[in-house]
Amino acid sequence: MSRRTVALTCAFFAGSLFGQSVVMNNPGRKPAFAIRNATIYPVTSAPIANGTIVFDKGLITAVGANVTIPPGATIIDGTGLSVYPGLIDAGAQVGLTEISSVPGSVDTAELGDINPNARAEVALNPHSNVIPVTRVNGVTNAVVEPEGGVISGSSALVQLAGWTPAEMTIKAPLAMHIHFPRLRTGGGFDDQPQDEEAEKEAKKNYTKSIDKLRDAFRDAQAYSKAAAARRSDTTVKRFDRDLVLEALLPVVDGRVPVVMHANLERDIRAALKFADEFKLKVILADAEDVVRVIPDLKSRSIPVILGPILSLPTHEDDPYDLLFTNAKALYDAGVPFAIQSADAHNARNLPYHAAACAAFGLPKDAALKAITINPAQIFGVADRVGSLEVGKLANVIVTDGDPLEIVTHVKRLFIGGEDIPLDSYHTLLYEKFSKRP
Amino acid sequence: MKKTLRTALLCVATAAPAVVVPAAGAAAATPDTVIAIRDATILTITNGKIEHGTVLIRGSKIAAVGPNATVAVPAGAQVIDAAGKFVLPGIIDTHSHTGVDGSVNEISLPNTGMVRIGDVLTNEDVSAYRQLAGGTTTALVLHGSANPIGGQSQIVKWKWGHPVSEWPVAGAPRTIKFALGENPKSSNFRPPPGTPLQYPQTRMGVEEVIRKSFTDARDYMARWDEYEGRRKRGETPIPPRRDLLMETMADILRGNIDVHSHCYRSDEIMMLINLANELGFKVREFQHVLEGYKVAKEIAAHGAGGGTFIDWWGYKLEAYDAIPYNVALMDRAGVLTSVNSDSDELARHLNQDAAKAMKYGGLSEDEALRLCTINPAKQLRLDHRIGSIDVGKDADLAIWTGHPLSTYSRVDTTFVEGEIVFDRQRDLQLRKDLAKEKADRLKKEADDEAKKKKDAKKPEEKKDE
Repeated sequence: MSRRTVALTCAFFAGSLFGQSVVMNNPGRKPAFAIRNATIYPVTSAPIANGTIVFDKGLITAVGANVTIPPGATIIDGTGLSVYPGLIDAGAQVGLTEISSVPGSVDTAELGDINPNARAEVALNPHSNVIPVTRVNGVTNAVVEPEGGVISGSSALVQLAGWTPAEMTIKAPLAMHIHFPRLRTGGGFDDQPQDEEAEKEAKKNYTKSIDKLRDAFRDAQAYSKAAAARRSDTTVKRFDRDLVLEALLPVVDGRVPVVMHANLERDIRAALKFADEFKLKVILADAEDVVRVIPDLKSRSIPVILGPILSLPTHEDDPYDLLFTNAKALYDAGVPFAIQSADAHNARNLPYHAAACAAFGLPKDAALKAITINPAQIFGVADRVGSLEVGKLANVIVTDGDPLEIVTHVKRLFIGGEDIPLDSYHTLLYEKFSKRP
Repeated sequence: MKKTLRTALLCVATAAPAVVVPAAGAAAATPDTVIAIRDATILTITNGKIEHGTVLIRGSKIAAVGPNATVAVPAGAQVIDAAGKFVLPGIIDTHSHTGVDGSVNEISLPNTGMVRIGDVLTNEDVSAYRQLAGGTTTALVLHGSANPIGGQSQIVKWKWGHPVSEWPVAGAPRTIKFALGENPKSSNFRPPPGTPLQYPQTRMGVEEVIRKSFTDARDYMARWDEYEGRRKRGETPIPPRRDLLMETMADILRGNIDVHSHCYRSDEIMMLINLANELGFKVREFQHVLEGYKVAKEIAAHGAGGGTFIDWWGYKLEAYDAIPYNVALMDRAGVLTSVNSDSDELARHLNQDAAKAMKYGGLSEDEALRLCTINPAKQLRLDHRIGSIDVGKDADLAIWTGHPLSTYSRVDTTFVEGEIVFDRQRDLQLRKDLAKEKADRLKKEADDEAKKKKDAKKPEEKKDE
């Protein structure tokens, strides 16, 4: 192996795949806008009555009650309207699937259990009809994630507008998604095995899955050591590259977090134990039984992604409102959380998942944070998105009311400072058939 | 041992909300039970909104409704102070599979119109209780859509805690489920390798199954007419063989059974309208009807209703042109339109689907509220009993913490025929009781186990000595 190869390998390790590839949305071309006389909800600070927000070249340049509007800016009168940051879906498949029952249009789950090298942004279709539909209720960003097997692959934080996947992608890999193996036997009450044979079989499969997962992480640790050794000492024997393990390197090194998808208490506990073993930086997701593990999350400073909220509890004897009340419990305990739709076609309903938590005790402003600043902080992108603050991407929505209310309309929507029309495949059909003679 | 304990606990858990109830809700409302819901905003549906109003329930019926001052509350009435709260009629879901014991599809033949959901209802489906917690009280429980004619449906009220024999709405119309499009032609599921495909496999075949069934039914009816005619003439003919499927099809032709048809694409909707006109039956309600907006005036002209989920789309090819404006477009074209669920989850918040019809297509608040109350009641031909808060109607209603079209509102109390079948405070108390019972039982189990071990150990220790 030549010196050049080594250099390339090192560059590769430091490069976009394993680093944090950050792609700007061509900020230079975005014209200046000023929205004035509106009630502005920055989310990270108190609402501003009769406020003005200015953005230029794709970024927010001023927010406040007394703001000078630069010459040349397009002025929007926001009288009677409200301005919020664009909403962020903390887990979705928008752009990865078009028609669920048509396999040719679905790219959410790769074959097999261990696919850390599957990357969401690779399969993102910028021209999917699902994307404009998602925007209608103010969702401007999504954590687009794969969902197959055990290690499903890495997610990307995307702008829900752009001509190419790269233009849409703010950060990738954002997180590695592990759907932690579940001990399931099927059919039995309360997930209990139906008989001893079924129990044995289920345990065997479960153990096999965990072993596979553990092997992948041990191999990645070893690979990391070997790569480090080779970088510092060229006499170390050359070894063939392994893209599966390379994809896990930033995870075992703690640079990229793992989103552990686990729902029931025993699965969550098993996932946390596994994360402890490999000292992973963890975000817990789905987490229906989250109230039973709150101390474990607090002691490890693990944030949570809840959702879908408008969903049924797993067990017959669960309270009817279990999924509506989890958010309040986390809020009371001081555990950071965000909310996901875990959907593609109806990711547009994200704000109503958050509202359901508020109907059951979560303060309204905390519900709004769960779909704006909280996901941004949890995924380490709060410098770019999640609130109306100077320097952040101009992801801005203008509404005629509270965006968490269904009856509210989003009037204007900006992504990266670009004025995005609110039409979609659905409005197109609506207009066409409204005119049917 | 453990399994038994858990099973026992489940029985407690699922039965608890019905069985362990305070006196007020322990049994069906007696004719003398009087409940007054005071000082609420009453969304009557048929007579507008009443601020600071009172609903008086006597027995199972609504006895009075109006502004506080106009409704006298008799002495001895149970008074519920609902100041700041809203009262909405019980939500009606015209597409449910809740409370069906086992599979919803009798898939073995293209037409299984002889089978009946009413025969396989169970009152142990906790989903019924969860729907009451979302203000839903009545449902049309249907077969699945795996064959063009799936079987006869059943209209029920979620009388949680009552014997299942009391769930069907007495005197309600008989109904049957038809299905068109991808599901009955088995597009999205394949039989295991080696087993033959099920007929039909195309929309042509779906039409043929329905056409042949009615054609056969006409022949069947003619055979019976001939038989009756000969008998009347004093002859002694051999009676035709009775056929339960043909009886069913004949009853549709006689107008005794309402057709509710699952459908998606506009062409298959037109197919069934044309077939119905040709063969002499009516479609009462197109179900799902996701492309109803494309042929709304034809649906209206046939006199059929449309029941749909407002924003599900893209889950299969025939759902790709589904738009949330469908409800508004159908409603405006004169189609009797409702929002329904097809889902144990969605059935818990059909009020939100109604709200979406305001967002998508701009229906008024009144128009939106009708989508989940009086309109489905009309589709089920039960609007003389349910669907609005009017004197003489069944006391099926829910008290909401805020306006039911707000996402921040939830249900406090739900009544079915005057009985409190869900109450949030009661539910919260039952959870505490259940948790305590569970803890007590687990402790007892652990104690018993420890004692058993100790007892077993003793003789051994003696031996060692």
